[in-house]
Amino acid sequence: MLKINDLHANINGKEILKGIDLVVKPGEVHAIMGPNGSGKSTLSAVLTGNPAYEVTRGSVEFYGKDLLALSPEDRSHEGLFLSFQYPVEIPGVSMVNFMRTAVNEQRKYRGLEPLSATDFLKLMREKREIVELDNKLASRSVNEGFSGGEKKRNEIFQMAMLEPRLSILDETDSGLDIDALRIVAGGVNKLKSEKNATIVITHYQRLLDYIAPDFVHVLYKGRIVKSGGPELALELEERGYDWIKKELGEI
Amino acid sequence: MSAVQQYIDLYRSQKSLIEAHSSEVMNGLRGEAVALLESRGLPSLKDEEHRRTDVESIYAPDYGLNLGRIEIEVNPYEVFRCDVPNLSTLLYFIVNDSFYQSAQPAAAKLPDGVLVGSLREMSAKYPQLVSRYYGQVADMKRDGTVALNTAFAQDGFFLYVPDGVVVEKPIQLVNILQGSNVDFMVNRRLLIVVGKGAQAKLLVCDHSDDATVKFLSSQVCEIFVDDDAVFDYYDMEESSENTSKVASVFVRQGARSNVLVNGIVLHNGVTRSNYYTTFVGEQAELLLCGMAIADKEQSVDTYTYIDHAVSHCHSNELFKYVLNDSARGSFAGRILVRHGAQKTEAYQSNKNLCASPLAKMYTKPQLEIYADDVKCSHGATVGQLDQNALFYMRSRGIPEAEARMLLMFAFTNDVIEQVRLDALKDRLRQLVEKRFRGELAKCSGCRACR
Repeated sequence: MLKINDLHANINGKEILKGIDLVVKPGEVHAIMGPNGSGKSTLSAVLTGNPAYEVTRGSVEFYGKDLLALSPEDRSHEGLFLSFQYPVEIPGVSMVNFMRTAVNEQRKYRGLEPLSATDFLKLMREKREIVELDNKLASRSVNEGFSGGEKKRNEIFQMAMLEPRLSILDETDSGLDIDALRIVAGGVNKLKSEKNATIVITHYQRLLDYIAPDFVHVLYKGRIVKSGGPELALELEERGYDWIKKELGEI
Repeated sequence: MSAVQQYIDLYRSQKSLIEAHSSEVMNGLRGEAVALLESRGLPSLKDEEHRRTDVESIYAPDYGLNLGRIEIEVNPYEVFRCDVPNLSTLLYFIVNDSFYQSAQPAAAKLPDGVLVGSLREMSAKYPQLVSRYYGQVADMKRDGTVALNTAFAQDGFFLYVPDGVVVEKPIQLVNILQGSNVDFMVNRRLLIVVGKGAQAKLLVCDHSDDATVKFLSSQVCEIFVDDDAVFDYYDMEESSENTSKVASVFVRQGARSNVLVNGIVLHNGVTRSNYYTTFVGEQAELLLCGMAIADKEQSVDTYTYIDHAVSHCHSNELFKYVLNDSARGSFAGRILVRHGAQKTEAYQSNKNLCASPLAKMYTKPQLEIYADDVKCSHGATVGQLDQNALFYMRSRGIPEAEARMLLMFAFTNDVIEQVRLDALKDRLRQLVEKRFRGELAKCSGCRACR
């Protein structure tokens, strides 16, 4: 579904991604790990079309379409989802209004009629349960006054509502206690199917105990320098990143 | 000839015509008004309080005035469609500056003793009552536009709620500007008296019926709210880009009274609004708020002056502007806490969104405090739309235009939240949303734009 080829990207003229290659197929879970500043979050921002970043070289294909030519909203309509590392608070915009607009815009894109108010509320209720999100939160402004854990659960709730084909979870485990982590990871696992795929961006092995990856990639200085199976994550947890730097001849 | 001289000359030559079509009470103040106008003139850009709106140039053109009160043929029901759903009001009309006699609810619908109607007629019928209030808070020395209004106003709206009476149903006054192929000036006068312990709500809507001629709409509104009374005043402008509005609202509040003033500019040309409020009794509360949505070349300028003359009163001020294209906004909020006005609480907030690089906002809080045991605060911000929020929404599939609309709508929502009339609140939300979607590029209440 996703083919990233020699992707280079800048922010404010500084090159962060220096040639990323990655292929993701339906049903797969990929973990992207790497030290701070290696470009993990940049990759997710570039894939979802954050206008702050500039792609200088390379291509990204999503189900045969040129992803980089699409607006952020159309990338979402095509089935791409990013769970933000820092979900944004939007005072004055209610969760209900926000989600209804998002869901109905997606339906419009796909040539479907908007959901009726009752069907929509039913859908909200159903999906809320996946991440045990309180009804009170759903009636509040988007992320406003939510705790760290609530914000992350809210991200997974939105993912459940939009049913993406590819989800990118950017540091979804950061700032979560064990209980919240279990709920969030549980939600992700419930949403997993043969047809969708997940890219998990994380610092730690911890999250991968809950969301089992098929592939693990190490991103370092803007490139994927090593790929392997789940055992690679365990090795990183145990030995840190220095041995990879050594392999690259840096130490 | 200066802008003001043409009005002085007009007054001198037409004095008897003006007086013949008004009442003794209203005529009583004209001499003083013209003398003041002659000695002080209209505000100029050099006046600190008028630096952002060129009042003189607004008054400079040669406007037609209907001093002979020639009846203008109009069916206000046809011109104005009340599209406030579920908002059942006692509906009155002023066409230009004449109270429209043939379209008003039966007096039987009003509680006993309540008077609503033409200021000219009421002041002729109840001269003693009206003269106790007319011109008593509208300080002509403060602003030449108030003096000019007093010199020329021949009619308007009068609302009197006797002590202890509660008017449950909101009262709605619709001002219709009706053109007749010439640029036109109207001088409207509102007088509202809410007695001790009485309660009422008034919604004033401004509409322009003709987008092809220029209007200058001058309105002076005096509001007396006696001890323990509760009064809501909503002013909503939905006029044309050719309309200039210069309006002053004067409020005098008695002890323990509670007043809400909410001024909403949805669509306009150039608007200058002055709000002067005074507390004369202790423990009174005032909520003064407003919002403006302006784009293209529209301009909205608000000046507020809250006089904490006595102790233990509470004022809260909230104004929000959303400016797009080359729109200009200005807010100057002065709060005076006089010597001895201890335990005053006065809060002011003015927040503004400039959604385009050419939009300009000027904001100026002015707090003058001469008491030492008070709580006062002010805050003013000018900002752009939050880019992170925009991207977050787009990443969820919400198109950029829609996302911008939702953010702008959210920004104004807390002013709408201050409305104490649920049906009006709902209606306002719809109107604001329509406005942001560009569907209200013209005034929606008018025949001309339908």
